[in-house]
Amino acid sequence: MLIDLNNFTPYQSLGGGVIIGLAVSILLLFKGKVAGVSGILYQLLKPHTVQLGWRAAFILGLVISPFIWSLYAELPAIQVTASYPLLIVSGLLVGLGVSFANGCTSGHGICGMARLSKRSTIATSTFMASGFITVYFLRHVIGV
Amino acid sequence: MPSKTHSILGTSFSLISGVLFGIGLILAGMANPQKVLGFLDIAGSWDPSLGFVMAGALVVSGVGFYVAKQRKKTVFNEHIELSNVSSIDKRLVLGSLAFGCGWGFSGICPGAVLVLIGMGSNKGFIFFIALIAGFTIYELITKAKKNT
Repeated sequence: MLIDLNNFTPYQSLGGGVIIGLAVSILLLFKGKVAGVSGILYQLLKPHTVQLGWRAAFILGLVISPFIWSLYAELPAIQVTASYPLLIVSGLLVGLGVSFANGCTSGHGICGMARLSKRSTIATSTFMASGFITVYFLRHVIGV
Repeated sequence: MPSKTHSILGTSFSLISGVLFGIGLILAGMANPQKVLGFLDIAGSWDPSLGFVMAGALVVSGVGFYVAKQRKKTVFNEHIELSNVSSIDKRLVLGSLAFGCGWGFSGICPGAVLVLIGMGSNKGFIFFIALIAGFTIYELITKAKKNT
């Protein structure tokens, strides 16, 4: 294993994590809700949504966050390397997977783990392991 | 009982939380799918940054959840809703396996895609449409199961 020192950003990433933790705590202590993005989005898109307001506000906040950022600093470059067909398969798998598992990186990975939930710890270890294996296959076996 | 004003105030904090969440993702580098893939690629040249994001987020939200358990009510006197599901079953494991696989294909998760859309990324938008299609398929499967 080699550490990619050119791209490693320990301070920014730790700082970003702290801000995410603050966002989670604010939603919890000011609105009483758990910041699981997939669940909030799923419930928001249902035909008969209950509690539309806070869900729409949270999702809107995420979407406008790059705009708010751009008022103060230049946005960092983003690179999406996956091809369009791969993106479609990826989105479908993520949509189905998080629905069955009732949570994703935010709901299980951050909120659930922060509460020391055994269920979320198992979900997080499973999707992390699955992500590692998938990237290993794609990059080092198939060579995409 | 929380008043109507308090409920509206709570909703505006929900907007603030969403904005902060997105800014955290951008600063952490997690809105950049290539960086996420750099973390998932342990056999290549590995970028451990995502581990630092998790560490920072877990410590701070851990404090938040601890306070929430003590108070049981929000600042505006609304009920704090915590999941009471604790089952570890096939749904959880297979769902997480599928999610991890899809995540590894693109490096995009449901939080990051919303930030990507906000940046005007076409690829982010395509992923989003497929994500919603995935939600819909799940909805149809569960409905079909209920009817049989």
